[in-house]
Amino acid sequence: MTANVGRSLWADAWLRLWRDRLAMASLCVIVLYSVVALLALAGWIAPWKEVVGGSYQPPSGDSLATFFGTDLFGRSVFYKTIHGTRIAMSVGLVSSLISVPIGVVLGAVAGYFGKWVDDVVVWLYTTLSSIPNIMLLIAIAFVLGKGIFSIYIALGVTAWVSLARVIRGEFIKHKEREYVVAAEGLGAGHFSRIVKHILPNVFHFVIIHLSIQFMAAIKAEVILSFLGLGVQGQPSWGVMIDDAKLELARGVWWQLAGATFGMFFVVLAFNVLGDALRDALDPKVK
Amino acid sequence: MFAYVVRKLLNTIPTLLGVWIVIFVLFNVIGGDPTYIMLGKHATPELIADVRAEYGYDQPMLKQFFRYLGETVTFNWGDSRATRQPIATMIHDGLGPSLTLTVPAFLVTTVFSVLMGLLVAYFRGRWIDRIVVIGCVIGMSVPMLAFILFGQYFLAYKMGLFPIHGFDPAWPERFHHILLPALIWVVVSLGYNVRFYRTALVEEVGQDYIRTARAKGLGELPVFLKHVLKNGMVPILTNIVIEIPMLVLGSFLLESFFGIPGIGGITIAAINNSDFPVIRAMTTLVAMLFIAGNLATDILYTLVDPRVRLK
Repeated sequence: MTANVGRSLWADAWLRLWRDRLAMASLCVIVLYSVVALLALAGWIAPWKEVVGGSYQPPSGDSLATFFGTDLFGRSVFYKTIHGTRIAMSVGLVSSLISVPIGVVLGAVAGYFGKWVDDVVVWLYTTLSSIPNIMLLIAIAFVLGKGIFSIYIALGVTAWVSLARVIRGEFIKHKEREYVVAAEGLGAGHFSRIVKHILPNVFHFVIIHLSIQFMAAIKAEVILSFLGLGVQGQPSWGVMIDDAKLELARGVWWQLAGATFGMFFVVLAFNVLGDALRDALDPKVK
Repeated sequence: MFAYVVRKLLNTIPTLLGVWIVIFVLFNVIGGDPTYIMLGKHATPELIADVRAEYGYDQPMLKQFFRYLGETVTFNWGDSRATRQPIATMIHDGLGPSLTLTVPAFLVTTVFSVLMGLLVAYFRGRWIDRIVVIGCVIGMSVPMLAFILFGQYFLAYKMGLFPIHGFDPAWPERFHHILLPALIWVVVSLGYNVRFYRTALVEEVGQDYIRTARAKGLGELPVFLKHVLKNGMVPILTNIVIEIPMLVLGSFLLESFFGIPGIGGITIAAINNSDFPVIRAMTTLVAMLFIAGNLATDILYTLVDPRVRLK
């Protein structure tokens, strides 16, 4: 049996990803951001509340804290940027934890069972996707009240739509395939066929979705926080850019630069990795 | 054709109903009594009673829903709490400035990115293609807010190339004020659009019929112009048409930053004022426009690709 065993989809995908230097670099950037976010969450790095210098001190290489200069209260912009990383990554993670289960379950049952279940799910996501995303996010965040919690929910309950659509399409294709019919013949029930047989074959779409959702979530957090609907009382990239709006006229550009740089690299990394994942995991596009 | 259009029209009814229900539930049920959101800390018993009576928040839910439906169908959403103007008037006044910004910006973006997409799809795999794709991904990764702030600070404030802020409703002058926001719009949307059009065209190149066309001895340029372009136009057209209803929405961030009194600017002001009825009306209107846009796309599809009608 062990002779001439082909590589599994996952091993094959990993190999292709491994060979893609740009994708590996992006993965490293994302891992780095995640580690920084975790360390900031633990409170081991970036004490952003501390006063490290005078008000609006320009960037200087004297110490890590003043590397990006200071804000109005003399707090380190560099530390605030790092704290912003924590917010950004947590928004990506928590909103994914909400949206992925919803998207997978609804997409799977709609595609698998069809009939009225499908009608209901399709109606639900057609409805939600008829409200332009940014407007829906604003509306949800507005109704739920300010704060990071609202952002988690707003992003979580809107982002499942695209995933459910893909998973549903795949389930429709897969449920007729021979291996599923064979499983049925061997006595596998609905649950077993959905979870044990079909799901592993479509799960790579979840991975692709994750990289896109993280990016979208980070961008949305910045806009919502900037509009005053998001993070309150602690620095996030959106809050920093909001501050920068008034600071720029006084020539203080470093808070904007810090937030922009912080966001740029991670969004770029997710963009590149998302493309590479699609190429590596979706065998159709070669 | 007629039967198809009618069927599509009927298909939008459940969606429309769904949108109304979702928006109503979101605003009037999940958020609790909207009076508290609107009044915030300044609530006094008299004010609360006043707002509830004006907007009908003291009525039973079903009654409130029908009131909302009635308002939506007649486009008469009552008065804004913050500006004391009828919401319909606010939207009507905001349309002009919004479209002044978005229509030229959209046209320039579309023409430019379709041309770019064609160019790089033709030269796919060569250095020019790689440079453009890398540029697109980098452009997509810079936050729009950064483009706006840097543009406003350096191009308008430091270098004085553009007006920093404001809007002049007089006819040729109004375009002077939208130059910089429109430029930022184009730069921000170019990355996504060029890449989208390139992908749509390149995917077409990989199809079997293209191989057949090559096999029968057709040169690369004729293949591209006659076959790839014609079929690649379907996703390109969809992407263009789907954006048209969004033009009415204007741009939240650009309008707010450059003081353009359009729909986006009004919405942001409404958020800052917790102007609940305005935000609800805006959400409803935009969703309805979006559905209409989708309908138009579906119908347009049949004109470009007759196979669609069979489904």
